[in-house]
Amino acid sequence: MKIFGVKLPMMASLVIWAIVWELIGRLDLSILLPPLSHILIRMVEIIPTATFLKAFWITAKCFLIGSTIAVVAGIPIGVLMGRSIIADRMLLPWVNMFLSAPLTALVPVLMTLFGFGEQTIILTTLLFAIWIIVLDARAGVKGISQSLVEMAHSYGANGWQAFTKIYVWAAMPEILAGIRLGFIRAIKGVIIGQLLVSIVGFGRLFELYSSNFLMEHMWALLLVLFFFAFLIAEGMGRIERKFSYYAASR
Amino acid sequence: MSTHTESISESTAPAAVAVENVSKIYPGGVEALSNMTLQFPKGELTSVLGPSGCGKTTLLKIIAGLLPANSGTVKVNGQPVTGPGPERAFVFQDFALMPWATVIRNVAFGLELRGVAKSERTAIADKQIENVGLKGFENHYPHQLSGGMRQRVGLARALAVDAEILLMDEPFSAVDEQTRRKFQEDLLGVVQVEKKTFIFVTHSIEEAVYLSDSIALLLPRPSRVSEIIKPDIRRDIDPDAIRRDPVYLDTVERIWQGLRRYIE
Repeated sequence: MKIFGVKLPMMASLVIWAIVWELIGRLDLSILLPPLSHILIRMVEIIPTATFLKAFWITAKCFLIGSTIAVVAGIPIGVLMGRSIIADRMLLPWVNMFLSAPLTALVPVLMTLFGFGEQTIILTTLLFAIWIIVLDARAGVKGISQSLVEMAHSYGANGWQAFTKIYVWAAMPEILAGIRLGFIRAIKGVIIGQLLVSIVGFGRLFELYSSNFLMEHMWALLLVLFFFAFLIAEGMGRIERKFSYYAASR
Repeated sequence: MSTHTESISESTAPAAVAVENVSKIYPGGVEALSNMTLQFPKGELTSVLGPSGCGKTTLLKIIAGLLPANSGTVKVNGQPVTGPGPERAFVFQDFALMPWATVIRNVAFGLELRGVAKSERTAIADKQIENVGLKGFENHYPHQLSGGMRQRVGLARALAVDAEILLMDEPFSAVDEQTRRKFQEDLLGVVQVEKKTFIFVTHSIEEAVYLSDSIALLLPRPSRVSEIIKPDIRRDIDPDAIRRDPVYLDTVERIWQGLRRYIE
């Protein structure tokens, strides 16, 4: 976008909104909305603390483990569903149900089964992320041109070779879109899991800040999380665009 | 008459592929092939020519082992076909190249599946890429190539596995006319050098007459072999001169007269 002949960077509107926030914050309208500058100062203050770093580490760990399992299990399941009608009939109702189900309601069940620790959070992350990865991989594989499948078959590919050398690659644009959406959902899952468990990681911090009306801390934490969620989504988007060149030519 | 027709059994060369009483009914009851018997002589290029819906691609896929027949057998060198095999290589109508792989990896793909070492398969692929006239494009991706060049990659891939039988399913139908002519000329060269058995499915009369040692003319509803035509064209003349050869023109005309009543 250009204004008065000056080319504005992509995120220029954020600057305007930051200024609006700062001004409204300074009007002291509500304890819920402190000025942005105070929040940023608070952010610099809390990030190096051991509590924050520990919470961040737990979150990152649960996110990585949960979403890795979701990817490693979700892609083969999706490919299998795309290739086998029986597997598709067996699994599709479940996948669709879990995709739209309010998974948050399941977390208390997970807590009673797996306790108030990282296991529950990892499982929540996994449950949030996996279904869209399965569905997208399935859609990608269903869209593979029949002649590519026949090509692999006629040149002697066995099942494993067809999976690793053809199906996964031919479905790659959809698989990557699935992973991106899965990661976004995994972020929700890892935070919601912690909020409900509320004695580990950021969940404990949120509990602490909100019960003491520490709004600047609260916002600082939220902004950090928003930032990382944005980074992950944007990073995946970049990888996805690298593969889009052949999405049209399959 | 400078061309002649003969019954299948009088064919001189031994059959590389023998189709015996093959029938194919698709789910839903469409009868694509009905009790078809046909032989493909070794070391020759045989075209399967016919209008759309005569089951010629179905026949080729059954020979390739990609489709099961409902009854009858296909024998390759006397052995019944149960699935794809290394002695047959397929060239696809829509090229079927992997868009994420370079030309050289596409060409070497059949060898990669067989577990041939990378250096060895690269050397073979290099040679075949040069053979089909794509030298210098080894590291290009399919989307950077024209349709004709993509099919050259498909042909090189089939040649790289060194199968004795090449099955070509309307390989030039997705290629523009000028490119197709050049490609046909080059294919004649490849046929002469390689001494393989080519089974070439096409709906173009000119293409079939131009390329073939013999043509199996298929007719639809019910699908059957109407006749075997052997165009007696001298192949040692200039490739362009063939298209002006009276024998070529007469054969094209004769096939058209035989086919036209099925088109109207």
